This record gives sequence, C-alpha cells and structure tokens, in this order.
Amino acid sequence: MEKNRISKVDLIFENDGTLVNTVLDKVKKMNPDDIIMEMIDSGLKGRGGAGFPTGLKWKFTKAENSYDKYVVCNADEGEPGTFKDREILDRVPEKVFTGMAVAGYAIGARKGYMYLRAEYNFLLKGLIKKVEEFNKLLKDKGFDFNIEIRSGAGAYICGEESALFESIEGKRGEPRNKPPYPTVAGLFNKPTSINNVETLVYATVIMKYGAEKFKEMGTKDSRGSKVFSISGDTPNAGIYELELGMTVAAFVDEFGDGDTKAVQVGGASGICVPRKKFNDMIIGYEGVPTGGSMMLFNSSRSMYNVLKDYLEFFAEESCGQCTPCRVGCQQLLRGIEAVKKGEKDPSYLETLKKLAQTMKISAKCGLGQSVANPFISIVDNFREEIIY
Amino acid sequence: MTDVNLIINEQIEKYGRERQALMPILQKIVADKNYITEDELALVAEALDLSAADVYGTATFYTFLDVVPRGKYVIRVCKTISCHMSGKDEIIKTLEKTLGIKLGETTPDRKFTLLQANCMGWCHKGPVMLINDEVYPELTPEKAIAIVQEYIAK
Amino acid sequence: MAKYNVNLKINNIPITVEEGTTVLEAARKLNFRIPTLCQHPDLCVAGNCRVCVVEQKGAKTLVASCAMPVSEGMEIFTNSEKVRTARKHIIELLLSEHNTECTSCYKNGKCELQSLANEYLVNEKDFIKLVYDKKYTIDDFSPSIIKDDSKCIRCQRCVRTCTSMQYVSALAVAYKGEHQKISTFFEKPMNSVVCTNCGQCVNRCPTGALVEKNYIDQVWDAINDPEVHVVCQTAPAVRVGLGEDLGLTPGNRVTGKMVAALKRLGFDSVLDTDFTADLTILEEGTELLTRLKKALVEKDETIALPMMTSCSPGWIKFIEHKFSNLLPNLSTCKSPQQMFGALAKTFYAQKKGWRADKVVSVSIMPCTAKKYEANRPEMRDSGFKDVDYVLTTRELAMMIRQAGINFDELPEEKYDSIMGTSSGAAVIFGATGGVMEAALRTAYEIVTGREVPFKNLDIIPVRGFDGIKETTIKLENCKPEWGFLEGAELKCAIAHGLANANKLMSAVANGTVSYHFIEIMACPGGCLGGGGQPIPTNEEIRRKRMEAIYEEDANMPIRKSHENPEILQLYEEFLGKPNSHKAHELLHTHYTKRKRY
Repeated sequence: MEKNRISKVDLIFENDGTLVNTVLDKVKKMNPDDIIMEMIDSGLKGRGGAGFPTGLKWKFTKAENSYDKYVVCNADEGEPGTFKDREILDRVPEKVFTGMAVAGYAIGARKGYMYLRAEYNFLLKGLIKKVEEFNKLLKDKGFDFNIEIRSGAGAYICGEESALFESIEGKRGEPRNKPPYPTVAGLFNKPTSINNVETLVYATVIMKYGAEKFKEMGTKDSRGSKVFSISGDTPNAGIYELELGMTVAAFVDEFGDGDTKAVQVGGASGICVPRKKFNDMIIGYEGVPTGGSMMLFNSSRSMYNVLKDYLEFFAEESCGQCTPCRVGCQQLLRGIEAVKKGEKDPSYLETLKKLAQTMKISAKCGLGQSVANPFISIVDNFREEIIY
Repeated sequence: MTDVNLIINEQIEKYGRERQALMPILQKIVADKNYITEDELALVAEALDLSAADVYGTATFYTFLDVVPRGKYVIRVCKTISCHMSGKDEIIKTLEKTLGIKLGETTPDRKFTLLQANCMGWCHKGPVMLINDEVYPELTPEKAIAIVQEYIAK
Repeated sequence: MAKYNVNLKINNIPITVEEGTTVLEAARKLNFRIPTLCQHPDLCVAGNCRVCVVEQKGAKTLVASCAMPVSEGMEIFTNSEKVRTARKHIIELLLSEHNTECTSCYKNGKCELQSLANEYLVNEKDFIKLVYDKKYTIDDFSPSIIKDDSKCIRCQRCVRTCTSMQYVSALAVAYKGEHQKISTFFEKPMNSVVCTNCGQCVNRCPTGALVEKNYIDQVWDAINDPEVHVVCQTAPAVRVGLGEDLGLTPGNRVTGKMVAALKRLGFDSVLDTDFTADLTILEEGTELLTRLKKALVEKDETIALPMMTSCSPGWIKFIEHKFSNLLPNLSTCKSPQQMFGALAKTFYAQKKGWRADKVVSVSIMPCTAKKYEANRPEMRDSGFKDVDYVLTTRELAMMIRQAGINFDELPEEKYDSIMGTSSGAAVIFGATGGVMEAALRTAYEIVTGREVPFKNLDIIPVRGFDGIKETTIKLENCKPEWGFLEGAELKCAIAHGLANANKLMSAVANGTVSYHFIEIMACPGGCLGGGGQPIPTNEEIRRKRMEAIYEEDANMPIRKSHENPEILQLYEEFLGKPNSHKAHELLHTHYTKRKRY
C-alpha cells in the first residue's frame, strides 16, 4: 500500500443481505482445521488493540482437549476515543454473530457469550432479539452452537480478557495471573477464544472472500483493513474503515483541521504522536498499534489537560489489585499536578517517567502496563505544556 | 414475596443458583429500583449462598451497580477527554442549575441523580449523557435542558 | 499422574524442579530469597503486591515469581538492575499509600513493609504522600480486632484468610482503582458483621492494618492497684507459642518460665486454664453420656446429636451466624476460659477470703476471639464480669519485654494452687483433636472402667493436621450402669479451621454423615494456631507447636482429667457433682442465633 495516502475500504459495513447464509453454508462444508489455516494465512490480528494473531488463538483453543469450550465476543469497548464496536453492533450485528459461530465451529465450542458494556445497554433489547433469531438460524443449519449476551456494569478493566471472564462469572472484574492463558483456562476455567467485535466481523469477511483478498491490503506486519474511530479536533469525526499501513501524516492530511499538533493513537492507553513525528510513524503493528482510536488535537489544546484527563481515567478505572497500577496511576496524576502548581521541581517529571517505566514492566495486566504509553509520549513531546 | 425476591428467583431460574447469576440479578434490581439497598444485597447474598461482604465488594466494583440511594432517573454525563473538549463542563453546569442539585446529588423528590461517568463511546458526538439506559449525544446546553424537561414532565 | 521435571536457570545457576513449582519456590531452593508481601504459605496465590517481580530472559515485562510456574529452559534473574528499581518503586508506592507513623504503630518492628523499606533503603520523599488525603477511619468497635485502613497495603491476605481458610468472608475487597479497599458488608464495624474474631487475618496481616485490641495498660493498672487481687490463667497453647515471641525457636515448651515471668510481672495468683480444661471434660463428658442415654434409652427425640464442643469462641460465633439450626447440638458447657472466670470470682475468691469485686481476672490466650467471648453478656454468672481482660500470647510477650525480664534465663516455677493443677488431657486442648482425645480418655473409662485401648493413652487417629478427622470407638464390657451402651460404636469427628468446620456442618445439616460427638476448633491446628499466637505462622511452625503439646502431655504425671485431684476437690467442696445445679449455674451457657452477614 501507498504509505502516503489513506485508502478507504468497505468490508465491515458492506451491505450484503446474503452474507450470513453464504458464510455459514460455506463454513459448514469446511474442515475446522482448514478454517483455522485460512485465518492464520490471512494474517488477521486482534482488532481490540493487543494484536494477537486470531488464527493462532483459534488453533490453540482447538488443540485443548475439553468437552466444554467457549467463544467470547469482547464487546466491552471502553477505551476512550473508541466507538467502532458500538457502530458495528448497531449496524451489522449478524456479522459479529456469524464470526462467533465460525469460531465456535472451528475450535469445537458449543456456546458463545457476548459481553456488552453497560454504556451500550440501549442496544441490548435489539441485540437480544437478533441473537435469538440467529440462534434459530444456526439450529436450522445444523450448527451445535448458540450465543448468549451478558452485560457489563461500568468497568473499563472488564475489557481485559481475564477480567471479562471474572465478570461473566459474577465476580469483581479483576485480571487473573497469566499463565494460564484463556486458550487453556478461560471462561469458567475452560479453553476459551476471546475475540473483539471487529475481529469477528473480519473473520466473517475472510470466510466470504478468502484470505488472499484480505492479504492484498495492508503491510507485511499489518494485514488488511481496520475500522477507525476518529474524534477530537477534526471536521470529519466518525467511523472509517481504512487500509492499514498509512503514516500518521497521511491520516492527518485527510482528517486534520489544518492545525493538528498531535494525534493520540490507540486511545488513552495508546501513544501520543507529535507533529514532528507524523511522517515517520506508521499506523499498524510495526509502528503505532491501535484498537482504532485516533484522537486529534490542534494547537488550542493543552496537552497537560489531555494527560491529566487520561490519568484521572486510569486512577479511577484501575481494578486496584496490583500496586504499580493502583498507586502508580495516582502518583502520576498527583505528580503532574504538583509540577504544574510548582510544588515539585520540573525535574520531578524524570522521577515520574521512571515510575511509568516500572508500571510498564511490573503491573499485572495491560491496563497498568500501558499507562506509560500516553504518559511518556506526552511528557517527552510536550514537556513545556506540562510544566508551565 | 417482595419484588426483589421475584427478581432473584426469575434470574436464578434463568442462570442457575450459581455465582454467575449475581450480575444479572444486581443489574435487574438496579434497572427496576435504581439502586440496591442493604437488605436487598443481603437477600441476594443469601439466595446465592455467597458472603454478603463479597456481594457488596462485587457490586461496588461496578460503577452502574449503585448501592447508595439514586433518583428515578440517573443522569450520567461523560467526562472523558473528547466530551471534556467539546464542553461537558457547561452541560453539567446547566444540568445543575436546571435540577437545582450539585454533581453527585439527588433531587429531594428522588427523581434525578446527576453524575459523571467515564467514556461512553460517543467521542465523535460529544458531549453525551445517559439517562438510565437512554443515550443523548451531541448535547448543547439548550438541548440538555429540553431533554431534562421532558423527563421532569414524565 | 507423574510430574515432569523442569530445568531452568536462576541467576545463571541451573536447577531442576517438579512442574508446577513457582519461580519463587525454585529460587528459595537455591537460597535466593525474593521479598514477598501478598504471598503467604497458608494462602492461595494472589500476585497482587508485585514486590516479588523477577526478570525472565526474553520476556517483555517482569514476572511475579509467586504466580509464575517454572518452564523448561527458563532463565530468571532475581536481582538485576531492572528488578531492583521496580521493587524499590513498588515499596515506595506502598509507603506513599501507607500511614508511616511507625513509632506509634502497634506493629512497629514487626511490620513486613517496614523491614522491606529498610532493606531497600527507600526514599520516602520520592513520591507524594497519598494517605493523608484519604479519609480513613479506624474501626475499633470490636473487642478483639482493630482495623486501620490507613495502614492497609491491599495485599488481600486477610480477605483470602477470611474467605478460603475460614469460610467466613467478613472481609472482602470493595470498590476499585484509587478507592479500592478492604471492607466488611456495607463498611459496617467489625463487631456488627459475621466476623468470628478468630484473628487469623491478624496473624497474616503484613502491617498494622489488622491487629488485636490490646489491654496491656489496663492489666498493668490492675497489677499496680493495691486494692485488687489480680488472678491470671494461661491457656494450654500459650506455653508452646510464647517462646517464639521472646527469641526462642518454635516448638519450645516454656511452661515453667512463663509461670515465673507472670509472677515477676506481679500477678497475685498464677493459675492454669488447663485446670478448667479438665473440668470441661467432666462437665462435657457427663453431658455427652447423658444425651446418649436420653436418646438411646429414653428414646427422647428432642435430644440433639451429634453433640459438638463449645470451647472455641470463634467457632461458636460461626455456628451462631451460619448454622443456627444446629445450636441445640452445641454442648452447653462454657469454654475453659469462662469456667475459670466464673470460678475465680466465686470458689477461688472464697478460698482466698477475697471479696469478689476486688478480684480482677485476667486470661492469657492464644486467641483474639476470647476477648469477644469474655465480653459476651452471658459471661457474668459470678455476678461480675467473669473474665475482666484477655491478653493474647503476643501481648504477654510484650509485657514481659516491657518489664525487662530476661525470659530465657528465668527458672522454671510452678502454678499456684488451687486451680493450678492439671492433667495431660488438659494440655492437649491446645491442639486439634485434643478435646476429643481428652474426652475419650475419660468417657471410655467412666463407661467401661478401663483405660482407652491405645498405647500410652495416645489416641493417634484424632491427632494431626488433616482438615477433618474421624474415629470410631467400640464400647465393650461396659459397667452395669452403662449397659445400654454395650457394643455401641461411638462415632466421632474433628475439624479445625472454619472452612473445614463449614464442610463438616454442611454434611451434618444435610444428614449425609452421622456422628455422636464432634470437636471443632476455629483455627488451623486448633488453639496452637490461634489468632493470638506469635507471628509468623505456617504449617511448619504449627507442627512444631503441636509436637511440643504432645510432649508436654506425655511428660505429665496425670494424663486423665478425672484423675486431677484439684478437680475432685472442687466437686467435693463446691460444685457437688458434674452437671449439678450449681455447675449448670456457673459453668454452662446458651447461644444466640445471629444474622447471616
């Protein structure tokens, strides 16, 4: 792909009334191993942000010897700046269900759960109706698989896979120690393949068009396209499906307001790319990975306020069980406030950066580990704004 | 049998007398009664043979499972970055004035509670608020007043 | 299933361990000590505090050694620069959240966080002190336990203890993020929830967030008051634990030195709870045989069987909360502490010619629940509060240190009399299975006229650390007055630790088991593992204490409760006979149904 321009794609929301039937019928005739091979071949990586190869996840789950296995759809989209899953669930939920059924068939699961965040409760009624119809369709087509929807109740951390399992099990959404990984012991301690909403739609799409067509798009490390949630200082906020592998510069050309000074790629837990690095940064797993959140800031914005907002968010949404995350988030927040007020010397930012580094390597889960991303990238690139 | 026992039994029927029934039960109580009282929480714990402290600990983990009295309509204004940038402070000030309460408070008639919450997934259409499960994006102070007036009239 | 061996290297030293071993355990085998806070040998893995992080070659992040199982070819570094920096940060973060007024803290010098801070030369000033912004309250409503959230480091040892080990779950983790805390149901005070006061959380809290409520000053005041007579009693398990808090290794029996120390502290009478343990056997044994007779001979269906022991106040509160329909099964006997208290202000005071209102009764217990028990409204049958103050083993050790007594050099002295003589059967009350063994030694002999058919009177099947133990004793060639028991098999069960008690009670309640007599102790290992015993605790330490208790028993001249001459004297001069009207008045009690939470 051409890195210097963006390329819009229409796969996820493509209007295709026959898709569900076509894919389910096709899959039913396939050998589960072949489905998994197709997925591995496509190079699809998890679209929730962590980017684990989807085919491998399915392969590992299939390899486990267990009567009960689960497919879980992670619809706990809580990353600030991300709203693509809501749009997908609103417009093409049947494609998500289809992806779950494909996964279930491939790994040998008979039950799927969709975990929907409470903030999207307004979608719940409609989804329940549609999932009932879909379960009936599966039965008619001879699939031994059905899907149930469970709701969250307001906790960002439940987007972390093991926390999500805990929550479905009726507990506090606290991430577990790993290993064991979900493919070995996930929901109810059974082998589980947990995939993001968008990933499952791409699985459906790949089943329709084949891996080849998907592979044509993107780069070696970042195959295919991705749905982006674009917000902030942009005249064109909204949902866009774009080919992976563009530079931030190309992105800003299309979506910026002409005065973009920074782009936060990957939401609050992502990395802040300043103007001077727009040309160098590729949006994808080889550069700045993202669950799809792109937030643009123009020169009227104080990056101190941005960082403070993020840190307030993390201090509240940390599950609180591990020390680096629970206390670290509070320290980073209080720390920049103290520097701003002049209670601490600007050199204190170096202490805080070291702390962020410790959080990155010692926190129990991805939340605490990723707080360093925005912290270090904003403090390094907008130091003056933090101090003065 | 009180309402809560009905809710408990209904959800246990659906999900079994197991821990995984806990969230659906608590969610249903909040949906019907806006918050969970001490007695109700104790009943839930007993029904599922769980420790009451454990059930309290689980409920308080989740922002939407309120264990303090809330109004009939719980307004949650998104406070995270894009909504902050697009003017949530003004929305909150407007709502405070319209309802005559401060953030975090409940109106004396127990009709409204005004809260802030973290990102609700409407970053391209902020500011946004939820009133119970209903979502109201692209707010302006005027729009917010009009929406709340509708609820006042209800 | 056979376990595989796993080869790995720790700090470049190869080691082979069984699969399933954690990195922490493997490192300890190589004598690399990795610091821990949330980890505890009695509890399941948490992986929360992160001070045990180590570097794994090839991994992007550090790993928590307590939670990470070894894997083939793994290379671990426990003391790299990365590890040291992270560890120091984590300790500093904990301190920033922690009330560091260490000099006025009850756990000063015994706090695991404090010693880690010292070991890593932390700079407390590096981070902003968060603790003062949080409006922490100290919960000191319970007579047994003080909960001070400002000292809590959220390691959740207490929660895991309360939940997994004790199945009480009075404590749970509540809220999240910066507001996360350890809480009771709706943050109620500890004295108004299901807490059994067992103190196992206190035994495992690494800091001063959970400590016993101490009554040291009140006891000093009483000792220094010339107007009052201070009478003290010492529980069986104290003599095998106390030494640990005074510089001795676990497993030392310090009975004689303890008595000497108590006399030097200024107690007017140094007496033994073991005396009333013997008394308990006579009262409880008689009660059991009476119940059996009523049930078997008179076919009285109102008689509740199995009969259950009532010595352990944590267990009593547990059953009152959780199995209130089984309350009739509890023996009506008070615990030895409370029998002692009731007698101290009646029989003993009369003997000494003291006015009962001038007697202050102090007990030294391995237990925090005993503090609660002494405060129960039922425990005033002498006309006064039967036991005025309860000190734990730890508090006694502190008083001995305060008095400047060189404990190890003390001579061995003897308890005062009367109420100071006891049998070996009484001392084993301190170990799980001990009450059962003592009761069987007496009951069997009452019924058959012969000693229990075990070598040296050691009833091995009821001893040891199995969570639930069972034994059956056949009664043959009974004396004529017990003929109705001829050929009967007396079925007994024993549980220690409330999770095991819960299991056993569920089985009793469901009718899946049938027993005649059940002994329950709230704490792991029985009183020797009590919530008032020296810290730290683990199975190895408890095993040493248990060995010491059985040694003490074996060395006693009298091994059976009914042969204790002072007990015989007590009945003759004061009580009449076991379960007499007077005995009932002073030595028996009743129980109360309580809320589930």
